[in-house]
Amino acid sequence: MFDFLEDYDLLGAFWVTVKLTVYSGIGALVWGTVLAALRVSPVPVMRWFGTAYVNIVRNIPLTVIIVFSSLGLADVFGITLGAADDFKALSFRLSVLGLGAYTSAFVCEAVRSGINTVPLGQAEAARALGLNFRQVLGLVVLPQAFRSVIGPLTNVLIALTKNTTVAAAIGVGEAALLMKEMIENEAQLLLITAIFAFGFVVLTLPTGLILGWLGKRLAVKR
Amino acid sequence: MTSVLYDAPGPRAKRRNVLLSVLFFVLLLLGAWWAWSAMSDKGQLEWAKWRPWLADSEAWTTYLLPGLANTLKAAGLAMVIALPLGALFGISRLSDHVSVRVPSAVVVEFFRAIPVLILMVFANQFYADYTDISVDARPMYAVVTGLVLYNASVLAEIVRAGIQSLPKGQTEAAKAIGLRKGQTMTSILLPQSVTAMLPALVSQLVVIVKDTALGGALLSFTELLNARKTAASFYASVIPSFIVVAVVYIVLNLLLTTLASWLERRMRRSKKSTGAVVGPGALDELETIGPKTVKGPDHGYGDNSAGAG
Repeated sequence: MFDFLEDYDLLGAFWVTVKLTVYSGIGALVWGTVLAALRVSPVPVMRWFGTAYVNIVRNIPLTVIIVFSSLGLADVFGITLGAADDFKALSFRLSVLGLGAYTSAFVCEAVRSGINTVPLGQAEAARALGLNFRQVLGLVVLPQAFRSVIGPLTNVLIALTKNTTVAAAIGVGEAALLMKEMIENEAQLLLITAIFAFGFVVLTLPTGLILGWLGKRLAVKR
Repeated sequence: MTSVLYDAPGPRAKRRNVLLSVLFFVLLLLGAWWAWSAMSDKGQLEWAKWRPWLADSEAWTTYLLPGLANTLKAAGLAMVIALPLGALFGISRLSDHVSVRVPSAVVVEFFRAIPVLILMVFANQFYADYTDISVDARPMYAVVTGLVLYNASVLAEIVRAGIQSLPKGQTEAAKAIGLRKGQTMTSILLPQSVTAMLPALVSQLVVIVKDTALGGALLSFTELLNARKTAASFYASVIPSFIVVAVVYIVLNLLLTTLASWLERRMRRSKKSTGAVVGPGALDELETIGPKTVKGPDHGYGDNSAGAG
């Protein structure tokens, strides 16, 4: 019953999924934090840019962004991210770029809501003690903010894991693309779907449980 | 502006802010100039490439509007079918009986853990193998099925959050006047929670609208993104077509998010309601802060993180 599986690189496909998640997750975390910093900055132009970015990117389907990164950025603009000849590597890198650009909007909102959960009195008390701006930020505000956003960020990470399947739209050989190929070639629809569903449950459920538990433990009780 | 991060600016801080504003603005201009020159290098700014979208109705009536209609049809159908299913599972998850509660929890968590694309691909092949739905209609069926399976489980969580957000006194009062469990649910809790959930439901529509594009890219469903592809090759206009389609999505979804936050504000103000409102971030709340918390107005409405692309 499971014989046909030997013809396909199942683990390899899921490994690509994991790699997509990790790389674009790191990119989204960095860029999303920068965006959040822009959105809460005292400079109006920066706030304006951050708001515009988030509202625009969040409302475009990820599929459109990924397809655009292939047909628009790569084909028309010739942005090849250092992999001009290698189609596989190019699609992978473009997908990471697209996934990161999209997910960072959600990371930004999560981080910003974390900063919003810190009561104003905390900063006022810190200033009253004579802490300077850097100390207020580094010792009082950001630690509380980051501890309260572990939960929302976990949800973003899980959504990102599932969203990596969209990379199949530009031919990245991750789980969804392999599944599509397999069910076209084999008459084992239910079994194959069950395998891939199980794979994603294995990827997302432990992440949610572990990080959710951590988020609850670390959250600042108020 | 007084915030937790900054004091009200003094004269030096004001000067620094102006300087930073100018610097950042110059940086943005440089970026815009680079994009502009890259586009003009590739001939993407020629009027011939923009004309079909801006000055000619043919591109819209032949390609984009039918695509948009399919997008809206699939999203609307998915929402309408998923809503009762979601309500059913959401209520089952709150059941007193373990035999009802646990299986429905398993079903909901299972479908929430799986990418919506996997569900669509499965549905597409399923209809090909086991039904006689015509090849033309199949992508639409597959997209709607995938969206329903995924979003019913998300809506189940929203319904659960909606019912749990109601004040305990509602249930207690219902018990006190002798209503049975079923009556309490159908005549007291559900009607109130539906209004409380309205903002979250509308913002879930954004996720559904965005997910229909998956069907266009992978199942040859002729929605907006797929219509763009056909039109772009007909008019030989790649970048303008992407910009136009993106703008359509952005406007549509911004309208929906604006509607959601307007509903949320209106409900918070309303004197008739119990004050329970489930905002668009309902799912984040449910998992992280606990079921009883009601989303504060301070968070901003942004999230949709629970939804897929």
